[in-house]
Amino acid sequence: MSAPILQVNHLSKAFGTNIVLRDIDFEVRPGDVTSIIGASGSGKSTLLRCINLLETPTHGEIIFHDNNVASGHVNAAKYRSKVGMVFQSFNLFSNLSVLDNCIIGQTKVLKKNKEDAKKSALSYLTKVGMAPYINAKPRQLSGGQKQRVAIARALAMEPELLLFDEPTSALDPEMVGEVLEVMRKLAAEGMTMLVVTHEMAFARDISNHVVFMANGVICEQGTPKDIFENPKELKTKEFLSRFMER
Amino acid sequence: MPATFGARILYILQMYGMSYLSGAGTTLIIALISTAVGCLIGFAVGIVQTIPINKTDPLLKRGFLRVVRALLTAYVELFRGTPMMIQAVFIYYGSAQLFNLYMDMWTAALVIVSINTGAYMAETVRGGILSIDAGQTEGAKAIGMTHLQTMLYVILPQALRNIMPQIGNNLIINIKDTCVLSVIGTVELFFTHKTVAGALYTYFESATVTMVIYLIMTLACSIILRKIEKRMDGPDNFDLATTDTLAHTSGMARYAESNDDPQEARR
Repeated sequence: MSAPILQVNHLSKAFGTNIVLRDIDFEVRPGDVTSIIGASGSGKSTLLRCINLLETPTHGEIIFHDNNVASGHVNAAKYRSKVGMVFQSFNLFSNLSVLDNCIIGQTKVLKKNKEDAKKSALSYLTKVGMAPYINAKPRQLSGGQKQRVAIARALAMEPELLLFDEPTSALDPEMVGEVLEVMRKLAAEGMTMLVVTHEMAFARDISNHVVFMANGVICEQGTPKDIFENPKELKTKEFLSRFMER
Repeated sequence: MPATFGARILYILQMYGMSYLSGAGTTLIIALISTAVGCLIGFAVGIVQTIPINKTDPLLKRGFLRVVRALLTAYVELFRGTPMMIQAVFIYYGSAQLFNLYMDMWTAALVIVSINTGAYMAETVRGGILSIDAGQTEGAKAIGMTHLQTMLYVILPQALRNIMPQIGNNLIINIKDTCVLSVIGTVELFFTHKTVAGALYTYFESATVTMVIYLIMTLACSIILRKIEKRMDGPDNFDLATTDTLAHTSGMARYAESNDDPQEARR
Protein backbone atom coordinates (compact mmCIF):
# COMPACT_ATOMS: atom_id res chain seq x y z
CA MET A 1 0.00 0.00 0.00
CA SER A 2 1.34 3.43 -0.94
CA ALA A 3 1.95 6.21 1.57
CA PRO A 4 -1.04 8.41 2.34
CA ILE A 5 -1.32 11.84 0.69
CA LEU A 6 -3.26 13.20 3.60
CA GLN A 7 -3.51 12.17 7.21
CA VAL A 8 -5.87 13.80 9.65
CA ASN A 9 -4.87 13.19 13.27
CA HIS A 10 -6.96 14.10 16.33
CA LEU A 11 -8.47 17.08 14.54
CA SER A 12 -10.85 19.28 16.52
CA LYS A 13 -12.58 22.49 15.67
CA ALA A 14 -14.57 24.80 17.91
CA PHE A 15 -16.36 28.01 17.07
CA GLY A 16 -16.20 29.72 20.45
CA THR A 17 -17.65 27.23 22.89
CA ASN A 18 -19.44 25.31 20.18
CA ILE A 19 -17.39 22.23 19.39
CA VAL A 20 -18.08 21.21 15.81
CA LEU A 21 -15.42 18.56 15.27
CA ARG A 22 -13.99 16.18 17.86
CA ASP A 23 -10.90 14.05 17.52
CA ILE A 24 -11.18 13.26 13.81
CA ASP A 25 -8.81 10.61 12.43
CA PHE A 26 -8.62 9.31 8.90
CA GLU A 27 -6.31 9.16 5.93
CA VAL A 28 -6.43 9.43 2.16
CA ARG A 29 -4.15 7.39 -0.10
CA PRO A 30 -3.39 8.12 -3.75
CA GLY A 31 -6.33 7.09 -5.93
CA ASP A 32 -8.75 6.90 -3.01
CA VAL A 33 -12.28 8.14 -3.50
CA THR A 34 -13.51 8.86 0.01
CA SER A 35 -17.10 9.86 0.68
CA ILE A 36 -18.01 11.66 3.88
CA ILE A 37 -21.68 11.19 4.70
CA GLY A 38 -23.84 12.18 7.62
CA ALA A 39 -26.74 14.38 8.65
CA SER A 40 -26.69 18.16 8.18
CA GLY A 41 -24.79 19.82 10.99
CA SER A 42 -22.65 16.77 11.68
CA GLY A 43 -19.49 18.70 10.79
CA LYS A 44 -18.78 17.25 7.32
CA SER A 45 -18.34 20.57 5.57
CA THR A 46 -16.35 22.07 8.43
CA LEU A 47 -14.00 19.10 8.24
CA LEU A 48 -13.47 19.67 4.53
CA ARG A 49 -12.94 23.41 5.08
CA CYS A 50 -10.40 22.65 7.80
CA ILE A 51 -8.53 20.37 5.42
CA ASN A 52 -8.28 23.24 2.93
CA LEU A 53 -7.41 25.66 5.75
CA LEU A 54 -10.45 27.81 5.01
CA GLU A 55 -11.10 27.21 8.70
CA THR A 56 -8.27 27.02 11.21
CA PRO A 57 -8.46 23.80 13.22
CA THR A 58 -8.43 24.28 16.98
CA HIS A 59 -6.38 21.16 17.69
CA GLY A 60 -4.81 18.31 15.82
CA GLU A 61 -2.74 17.70 12.74
CA ILE A 62 -3.35 17.66 9.02
CA ILE A 63 -0.36 15.91 7.50
CA PHE A 64 0.09 16.51 3.78
CA HIS A 65 3.13 14.63 2.48
CA ASP A 66 4.85 14.62 5.89
CA ASN A 67 4.11 18.33 6.52
CA ASN A 68 1.68 19.39 9.20
CA VAL A 69 -0.22 22.10 7.32
CA ALA A 70 -2.34 22.90 10.36
CA SER A 71 0.71 24.08 12.31
CA GLY A 72 0.39 27.64 11.02
CA HIS A 73 3.95 27.62 9.71
CA VAL A 74 3.03 26.41 6.24
CA ASN A 75 2.34 28.66 3.27
CA ALA A 76 -1.41 28.14 2.97
CA ALA A 77 -1.63 29.48 -0.59
CA LYS A 78 1.05 27.08 -1.81
CA TYR A 79 -0.63 24.13 -0.09
CA ARG A 80 -4.03 25.04 -1.49
CA SER A 81 -2.64 25.14 -5.03
CA LYS A 82 -2.03 21.40 -4.67
CA VAL A 83 -5.40 20.60 -3.11
CA GLY A 84 -8.36 21.57 -5.27
CA MET A 85 -11.77 22.39 -3.89
CA VAL A 86 -15.22 22.36 -5.45
CA PHE A 87 -17.86 24.27 -3.51
CA GLN A 88 -21.57 23.77 -3.04
CA SER A 89 -22.19 27.30 -4.34
CA PHE A 90 -19.68 26.98 -7.24
CA ASN A 91 -17.82 30.21 -6.41
CA LEU A 92 -16.83 30.85 -10.00
CA PHE A 93 -15.25 34.27 -10.48
CA SER A 94 -18.17 36.32 -11.78
CA ASN A 95 -15.94 38.92 -13.42
CA LEU A 96 -14.24 36.36 -15.67
CA SER A 97 -15.37 34.25 -18.60
CA VAL A 98 -15.53 30.47 -18.32
CA LEU A 99 -12.15 30.15 -20.06
CA ASP A 100 -10.47 32.80 -17.90
CA ASN A 101 -11.84 31.15 -14.76
CA CYS A 102 -9.81 28.09 -15.73
CA ILE A 103 -6.72 30.04 -16.85
CA ILE A 104 -6.17 32.57 -14.10
CA GLY A 105 -4.92 30.16 -11.43
CA GLN A 106 -2.51 28.56 -13.85
CA THR A 107 -0.94 31.84 -14.98
CA LYS A 108 -0.96 33.70 -11.66
CA VAL A 109 -0.37 30.89 -9.16
CA LEU A 110 1.45 28.23 -11.17
CA LYS A 111 3.15 30.91 -13.33
CA LYS A 112 2.47 29.00 -16.54
CA ASN A 113 2.54 30.91 -19.80
CA LYS A 114 -0.74 31.99 -21.33
CA GLU A 115 -0.60 29.54 -24.28
CA ASP A 116 -0.04 26.43 -22.18
CA ALA A 117 -2.63 27.55 -19.65
CA LYS A 118 -5.22 28.04 -22.37
CA LYS A 119 -4.46 24.65 -23.89
CA SER A 120 -4.83 22.86 -20.60
CA ALA A 121 -7.94 24.87 -19.65
CA LEU A 122 -9.55 23.87 -22.94
CA SER A 123 -8.71 20.21 -22.44
CA TYR A 124 -10.30 20.17 -18.96
CA LEU A 125 -13.33 22.13 -20.15
CA THR A 126 -13.73 19.56 -22.92
CA LYS A 127 -13.54 16.80 -20.34
CA VAL A 128 -16.46 18.28 -18.39
CA GLY A 129 -18.37 19.07 -21.60
CA MET A 130 -18.18 22.83 -21.24
CA ALA A 131 -15.81 23.66 -24.11
CA PRO A 132 -18.56 25.33 -26.21
CA TYR A 133 -19.21 27.83 -23.43
CA ILE A 134 -15.72 29.30 -22.99
CA ASN A 135 -16.92 32.82 -23.83
CA ALA A 136 -19.83 32.80 -21.40
CA LYS A 137 -19.82 34.57 -18.04
CA PRO A 138 -20.84 32.48 -15.00
CA ARG A 139 -24.16 34.35 -14.67
CA GLN A 140 -25.16 33.05 -18.10
CA LEU A 141 -24.84 29.40 -17.09
CA SER A 142 -27.15 26.96 -15.36
CA GLY A 143 -26.19 25.51 -11.99
CA GLY A 144 -24.99 22.21 -13.40
CA GLN A 145 -22.94 24.00 -16.03
CA LYS A 146 -21.39 26.25 -13.40
CA GLN A 147 -20.42 23.29 -11.27
CA ARG A 148 -18.82 21.52 -14.22
CA VAL A 149 -16.77 24.66 -14.95
CA ALA A 150 -15.81 24.81 -11.27
CA ILE A 151 -14.56 21.22 -11.51
CA ALA A 152 -12.56 22.11 -14.64
CA ARG A 153 -11.10 25.12 -12.83
CA ALA A 154 -9.97 22.92 -9.96
CA LEU A 155 -8.58 20.27 -12.33
CA ALA A 156 -6.64 22.89 -14.30
CA MET A 157 -4.45 23.37 -11.23
CA GLU A 158 -3.55 19.66 -11.52
CA PRO A 159 -4.13 19.03 -7.84
CA GLU A 160 -2.95 15.91 -6.04
CA LEU A 161 -6.22 15.77 -4.15
CA LEU A 162 -9.61 17.19 -4.99
CA LEU A 163 -12.11 18.13 -2.27
CA PHE A 164 -15.82 18.33 -3.05
CA ASP A 165 -18.11 20.12 -0.60
CA GLU A 166 -21.64 18.91 -1.37
CA PRO A 167 -21.13 19.59 -5.07
CA THR A 168 -24.70 18.71 -6.07
CA SER A 169 -26.68 20.05 -3.10
CA ALA A 170 -27.45 23.41 -4.71
CA LEU A 171 -28.57 21.89 -7.99
CA ASP A 172 -31.95 21.09 -9.44
CA PRO A 173 -32.54 17.34 -9.53
CA GLU A 174 -32.19 17.17 -13.32
CA MET A 175 -28.73 18.77 -13.15
CA VAL A 176 -27.33 16.48 -10.48
CA GLY A 177 -26.73 13.74 -13.00
CA GLU A 178 -24.42 15.71 -15.28
CA VAL A 179 -22.17 16.69 -12.37
CA LEU A 180 -22.08 13.20 -10.87
CA GLU A 181 -21.23 11.84 -14.31
CA VAL A 182 -18.13 14.05 -14.45
CA MET A 183 -17.13 12.99 -10.93
CA ARG A 184 -17.62 9.36 -11.84
CA LYS A 185 -15.32 9.83 -14.82
CA LEU A 186 -12.65 11.45 -12.64
CA ALA A 187 -12.84 8.64 -10.12
CA ALA A 188 -12.42 6.08 -12.90
CA GLU A 189 -9.32 7.93 -14.08
CA GLY A 190 -7.72 7.53 -10.68
CA MET A 191 -8.17 11.06 -9.32
CA THR A 192 -7.82 11.18 -5.54
CA MET A 193 -11.05 12.62 -4.23
CA LEU A 194 -12.59 13.49 -0.89
CA VAL A 195 -16.31 14.07 -1.30
CA VAL A 196 -18.82 15.39 1.21
CA THR A 197 -22.14 14.26 -0.22
CA HIS A 198 -25.78 13.45 0.32
CA GLU A 199 -25.78 11.29 -2.81
CA MET A 200 -25.83 7.84 -1.23
CA ALA A 201 -25.68 6.13 -4.60
CA PHE A 202 -22.45 7.93 -5.38
CA ALA A 203 -20.96 7.09 -1.98
CA ARG A 204 -21.95 3.43 -2.37
CA ASP A 205 -21.03 2.84 -6.01
CA ILE A 206 -18.11 5.15 -6.73
CA SER A 207 -16.10 5.56 -3.55
CA ASN A 208 -13.80 2.96 -2.07
CA HIS A 209 -13.94 4.40 1.42
CA VAL A 210 -16.89 5.83 3.31
CA VAL A 211 -16.73 7.96 6.45
CA PHE A 212 -19.96 8.39 8.41
CA MET A 213 -20.07 11.39 10.73
CA ALA A 214 -22.52 12.27 13.47
CA ASN A 215 -22.37 15.15 15.95
CA GLY A 216 -18.83 16.14 15.08
CA VAL A 217 -17.22 12.72 15.41
CA ILE A 218 -16.50 9.92 12.98
CA CYS A 219 -19.06 7.34 13.97
CA GLU A 220 -17.97 4.65 11.60
CA GLN A 221 -15.74 4.26 8.55
CA GLY A 222 -14.94 1.50 6.12
CA THR A 223 -15.58 0.22 2.64
CA PRO A 224 -18.93 1.09 1.06
CA LYS A 225 -19.86 -2.54 1.54
CA ASP A 226 -19.16 -2.36 5.30
CA ILE A 227 -21.11 0.84 5.75
CA PHE A 228 -24.08 0.26 3.49
CA GLU A 229 -24.64 -3.45 3.82
CA ASN A 230 -23.28 -4.14 7.24
CA PRO A 231 -23.32 -1.03 9.42
CA LYS A 232 -22.18 -1.72 12.98
CA GLU A 233 -23.29 1.46 14.71
CA LEU A 234 -26.91 2.15 15.53
CA LYS A 235 -26.57 5.78 14.34
CA THR A 236 -25.31 4.63 10.96
CA LYS A 237 -28.22 2.24 10.58
CA GLU A 238 -30.73 4.93 11.52
CA PHE A 239 -29.18 7.46 9.16
CA LEU A 240 -29.08 5.05 6.25
CA SER A 241 -32.59 3.77 6.79
CA ARG A 242 -33.88 7.34 6.73
CA PHE A 243 -32.14 7.85 3.40
CA MET A 244 -33.27 4.58 1.90
CA GLU A 245 -36.92 5.25 2.75
CA ARG A 246 -36.99 8.33 0.52
CA MET B 1 -22.23 98.07 -20.72
CA PRO B 2 -25.28 96.78 -22.66
CA ALA B 3 -28.71 97.41 -21.14
CA THR B 4 -30.37 93.99 -21.29
CA PHE B 5 -29.43 90.81 -19.40
CA GLY B 6 -28.92 88.77 -22.57
CA ALA B 7 -26.75 91.38 -24.15
CA ARG B 8 -24.63 91.69 -21.01
CA ILE B 9 -24.04 87.95 -21.05
CA LEU B 10 -22.94 88.11 -24.67
CA TYR B 11 -20.69 91.01 -23.78
CA ILE B 12 -18.87 89.25 -20.96
CA LEU B 13 -18.60 86.14 -23.11
CA GLN B 14 -16.96 88.20 -25.84
CA MET B 15 -14.62 89.85 -23.38
CA TYR B 16 -13.83 86.92 -21.12
CA GLY B 17 -15.00 83.81 -23.01
CA MET B 18 -11.49 82.42 -23.22
CA SER B 19 -10.89 83.04 -19.52
CA TYR B 20 -14.00 81.06 -18.64
CA LEU B 21 -12.91 78.24 -20.92
CA SER B 22 -9.44 78.07 -19.48
CA GLY B 23 -10.89 78.21 -15.95
CA ALA B 24 -13.24 75.38 -16.84
CA GLY B 25 -10.33 73.43 -18.33
CA THR B 26 -8.32 73.84 -15.13
CA THR B 27 -11.31 72.72 -13.04
CA LEU B 28 -11.87 69.68 -15.22
CA ILE B 29 -8.22 68.64 -15.29
CA ILE B 30 -7.85 68.98 -11.50
CA ALA B 31 -11.10 67.06 -10.94
CA LEU B 32 -10.22 64.22 -13.35
CA ILE B 33 -6.63 63.69 -12.20
CA SER B 34 -7.47 64.05 -8.53
CA THR B 35 -10.39 61.63 -8.76
CA ALA B 36 -8.16 59.08 -10.51
CA VAL B 37 -5.34 59.49 -8.00
CA GLY B 38 -7.86 59.52 -5.16
CA CYS B 39 -9.24 56.20 -6.42
CA LEU B 40 -5.75 54.69 -6.46
CA ILE B 41 -5.16 55.88 -2.89
CA GLY B 42 -8.58 54.52 -1.93
CA PHE B 43 -7.84 51.11 -3.46
CA ALA B 44 -4.45 50.91 -1.77
CA VAL B 45 -5.94 51.81 1.61
CA GLY B 46 -8.89 49.48 1.03
CA ILE B 47 -6.58 46.53 0.29
CA VAL B 48 -4.48 47.14 3.41
CA GLN B 49 -7.57 47.56 5.60
CA THR B 50 -8.93 44.19 4.49
CA ILE B 51 -5.75 42.09 4.87
CA PRO B 52 -6.77 39.31 7.25
CA ILE B 53 -4.76 39.16 10.48
CA ASN B 54 -4.35 35.59 11.74
CA LYS B 55 -3.42 34.61 15.26
CA THR B 56 -0.75 32.37 13.74
CA ASP B 57 1.02 35.24 11.94
CA PRO B 58 4.36 36.36 13.37
CA LEU B 59 4.07 39.05 16.04
CA LEU B 60 6.10 41.53 13.98
CA LYS B 61 3.76 41.27 11.00
CA ARG B 62 0.68 41.65 13.17
CA GLY B 63 2.12 44.67 15.01
CA PHE B 64 3.21 46.32 11.77
CA LEU B 65 -0.23 45.80 10.19
CA ARG B 66 -1.98 47.22 13.24
CA VAL B 67 0.20 50.36 13.22
CA VAL B 68 -0.28 50.91 9.47
CA ARG B 69 -4.01 50.47 9.85
CA ALA B 70 -4.21 52.93 12.72
CA LEU B 71 -2.33 55.51 10.62
CA LEU B 72 -4.63 54.95 7.65
CA THR B 73 -7.73 55.25 9.82
CA ALA B 74 -6.35 58.51 11.21
CA TYR B 75 -5.79 59.76 7.65
CA VAL B 76 -9.32 58.89 6.60
CA GLU B 77 -10.91 60.48 9.66
CA LEU B 78 -8.77 63.64 9.43
CA PHE B 79 -9.53 64.37 5.79
CA ARG B 80 -13.18 63.35 5.92
CA GLY B 81 -13.69 65.31 9.09
CA THR B 82 -12.40 68.74 8.06
CA PRO B 83 -13.46 71.07 5.22
CA MET B 84 -11.36 70.87 2.08
CA MET B 85 -11.13 74.66 2.04
CA ILE B 86 -9.25 74.79 5.33
CA GLN B 87 -7.18 71.74 4.33
CA ALA B 88 -6.07 73.67 1.25
CA VAL B 89 -4.92 76.64 3.31
CA PHE B 90 -3.35 74.35 5.94
CA ILE B 91 -1.32 72.33 3.44
CA TYR B 92 -0.42 75.16 1.08
CA TYR B 93 0.87 77.57 3.72
CA GLY B 94 1.94 74.89 6.18
CA SER B 95 4.24 73.17 3.72
CA ALA B 96 5.84 76.52 2.91
CA GLN B 97 6.30 77.57 6.52
CA LEU B 98 7.31 74.24 8.06
CA PHE B 99 9.20 72.51 5.27
CA ASN B 100 10.18 75.38 3.00
CA LEU B 101 8.20 73.60 0.33
CA TYR B 102 6.66 76.16 -1.99
CA MET B 103 4.13 74.31 -4.14
CA ASP B 104 2.96 75.81 -7.40
CA MET B 105 -0.75 76.22 -8.00
CA TRP B 106 -1.16 72.95 -9.88
CA THR B 107 0.77 70.76 -7.48
CA ALA B 108 -1.04 72.20 -4.49
CA ALA B 109 -4.45 71.76 -6.12
CA LEU B 110 -3.77 68.19 -7.24
CA VAL B 111 -2.29 67.13 -3.90
CA ILE B 112 -5.12 68.57 -1.85
CA VAL B 113 -8.01 67.25 -3.92
CA SER B 114 -6.35 63.82 -4.39
CA ILE B 115 -5.76 63.12 -0.71
CA ASN B 116 -9.21 64.42 0.11
CA THR B 117 -10.82 62.15 -2.48
CA GLY B 118 -8.58 59.29 -1.31
CA ALA B 119 -10.00 59.55 2.20
CA TYR B 120 -13.55 59.18 0.93
CA MET B 121 -12.64 56.49 -1.61
CA ALA B 122 -10.90 54.41 1.06
CA GLU B 123 -14.24 53.88 2.77
CA THR B 124 -16.06 53.43 -0.53
CA VAL B 125 -13.58 50.76 -1.63
CA ARG B 126 -13.83 49.03 1.73
CA GLY B 127 -17.60 48.96 1.28
CA GLY B 128 -17.17 47.67 -2.28
CA ILE B 129 -14.89 44.86 -1.11
CA LEU B 130 -17.33 43.89 1.66
CA SER B 131 -20.16 43.79 -0.88
CA ILE B 132 -18.53 40.93 -2.81
CA ASP B 133 -19.75 37.50 -1.78
CA ALA B 134 -17.29 35.70 0.52
CA GLY B 135 -17.50 32.73 -1.86
CA GLN B 136 -15.45 34.67 -4.41
CA THR B 137 -12.60 35.01 -1.91
CA GLU B 138 -12.87 31.35 -0.98
CA GLY B 139 -12.86 30.30 -4.62
CA ALA B 140 -9.69 32.33 -5.19
CA LYS B 141 -8.00 31.04 -2.04
CA ALA B 142 -8.91 27.48 -2.93
CA ILE B 143 -6.82 27.66 -6.11
CA GLY B 144 -3.87 28.99 -4.14
CA MET B 145 -4.13 32.75 -4.68
CA THR B 146 -2.53 35.06 -2.13
CA HIS B 147 -4.47 37.94 -0.60
CA LEU B 148 -3.00 40.39 -3.11
CA GLN B 149 -3.78 38.14 -6.10
CA THR B 150 -7.30 37.54 -4.84
CA MET B 151 -7.83 41.27 -4.55
CA LEU B 152 -6.27 42.21 -7.89
CA TYR B 153 -7.82 39.58 -10.13
CA VAL B 154 -11.10 38.67 -8.46
CA ILE B 155 -12.40 41.05 -5.81
CA LEU B 156 -11.34 44.51 -6.95
CA PRO B 157 -12.61 44.17 -10.54
CA GLN B 158 -16.03 43.29 -9.13
CA ALA B 159 -15.84 45.88 -6.36
CA LEU B 160 -14.85 48.50 -8.94
CA ARG B 161 -17.99 47.75 -10.92
CA ASN B 162 -20.12 48.07 -7.79
CA ILE B 163 -18.59 51.37 -6.70
CA MET B 164 -18.64 53.00 -10.14
CA PRO B 165 -21.72 55.08 -9.22
CA GLN B 166 -19.86 56.35 -6.15
CA ILE B 167 -16.75 57.14 -8.21
CA GLY B 168 -19.03 59.15 -10.49
CA ASN B 169 -20.37 60.96 -7.43
CA ASN B 170 -16.85 61.82 -6.36
CA LEU B 171 -15.89 63.08 -9.79
CA ILE B 172 -18.90 65.37 -9.93
CA ILE B 173 -18.32 66.57 -6.39
CA ASN B 174 -14.70 67.28 -7.28
CA ILE B 175 -15.66 69.30 -10.35
CA LYS B 176 -17.76 71.52 -8.11
CA ASP B 177 -15.55 71.51 -5.03
CA THR B 178 -12.39 72.63 -6.82
CA CYS B 179 -13.95 76.06 -6.39
CA VAL B 180 -12.68 76.11 -2.81
CA LEU B 181 -9.15 76.12 -4.23
CA SER B 182 -9.69 79.76 -5.13
CA VAL B 183 -8.61 80.48 -1.52
CA ILE B 184 -5.05 79.50 -2.43
CA GLY B 185 -5.18 81.31 -5.75
CA THR B 186 -5.85 78.44 -8.11
CA VAL B 187 -7.21 80.01 -11.29
CA GLU B 188 -10.10 77.64 -11.87
CA LEU B 189 -13.65 78.37 -12.99
CA PHE B 190 -14.89 79.94 -9.76
CA PHE B 191 -11.78 82.13 -9.54
CA THR B 192 -12.45 83.29 -13.11
CA HIS B 193 -16.04 84.11 -12.18
CA LYS B 194 -14.95 86.19 -9.21
CA THR B 195 -12.45 88.06 -11.36
CA VAL B 196 -14.91 88.79 -14.16
CA ALA B 197 -17.73 89.70 -11.81
CA GLY B 198 -15.47 92.02 -9.85
CA ALA B 199 -14.08 93.73 -12.95
CA LEU B 200 -17.43 94.44 -14.60
CA TYR B 201 -19.83 94.39 -11.62
CA THR B 202 -21.86 91.68 -13.39
CA TYR B 203 -22.35 89.16 -10.57
CA PHE B 204 -25.63 87.72 -11.77
CA GLU B 205 -24.59 87.44 -15.42
CA SER B 206 -21.22 85.90 -14.62
CA ALA B 207 -22.80 83.49 -12.14
CA THR B 208 -25.26 82.43 -14.83
CA VAL B 209 -22.45 81.71 -17.29
CA THR B 210 -20.46 79.88 -14.61
CA MET B 211 -23.45 77.78 -13.52
CA VAL B 212 -24.12 76.70 -17.10
CA ILE B 213 -20.48 75.72 -17.63
CA TYR B 214 -20.42 73.68 -14.39
CA LEU B 215 -23.66 71.98 -15.38
CA ILE B 216 -22.37 71.11 -18.85
CA MET B 217 -19.25 69.54 -17.32
CA THR B 218 -21.10 67.50 -14.72
CA LEU B 219 -23.78 66.33 -17.16
CA ALA B 220 -21.14 65.25 -19.67
CA CYS B 221 -19.36 63.29 -16.93
CA SER B 222 -22.61 61.61 -15.85
CA ILE B 223 -23.34 60.47 -19.39
CA ILE B 224 -19.81 59.20 -20.01
CA LEU B 225 -19.78 57.32 -16.69
CA ARG B 226 -23.07 55.60 -17.53
CA LYS B 227 -21.55 54.49 -20.83
CA ILE B 228 -18.48 53.14 -19.05
CA GLU B 229 -20.67 51.21 -16.59
CA LYS B 230 -22.59 49.65 -19.45
CA ARG B 231 -19.37 48.61 -21.13
CA MET B 232 -18.11 47.07 -17.86
CA ASP B 233 -21.22 44.91 -17.68
CA GLY B 234 -20.33 43.32 -21.00
CA PRO B 235 -22.75 41.88 -23.54
CA ASP B 236 -25.81 39.95 -22.42
CA ASN B 237 -25.24 37.31 -25.07
CA PHE B 238 -22.21 35.21 -25.81
CA ASP B 239 -21.10 33.12 -28.75
CA LEU B 240 -20.78 29.39 -28.55
CA ALA B 241 -17.27 28.33 -29.45
CA THR B 242 -18.37 25.45 -31.63
CA THR B 243 -19.79 24.56 -34.99
CA ASP B 244 -21.63 21.66 -33.43
CA THR B 245 -25.28 22.66 -33.57
CA LEU B 246 -26.18 20.02 -30.99
CA ALA B 247 -24.56 22.18 -28.32
CA HIS B 248 -27.42 24.65 -28.76
CA THR B 249 -29.85 22.20 -27.31
CA SER B 250 -28.31 21.87 -23.88
CA GLY B 251 -29.63 24.53 -21.56
CA MET B 252 -29.24 27.58 -23.78
CA ALA B 253 -32.36 29.39 -22.64
CA ARG B 254 -30.57 32.72 -22.60
CA TYR B 255 -29.04 32.37 -26.02
CA ALA B 256 -30.96 34.04 -28.82
CA GLU B 257 -29.51 33.59 -32.25
CA SER B 258 -28.56 36.89 -33.84
CA ASN B 259 -31.82 38.61 -32.99
CA ASP B 260 -33.43 40.14 -29.96
CA ASP B 261 -36.84 38.58 -30.34
CA PRO B 262 -37.77 37.35 -26.86
CA GLN B 263 -40.00 34.68 -28.40
CA GLU B 264 -37.00 33.26 -30.18
CA ALA B 265 -34.87 33.35 -27.06
CA ARG B 266 -37.43 31.42 -25.06
CA ARG B 267 -37.71 28.60 -27.51
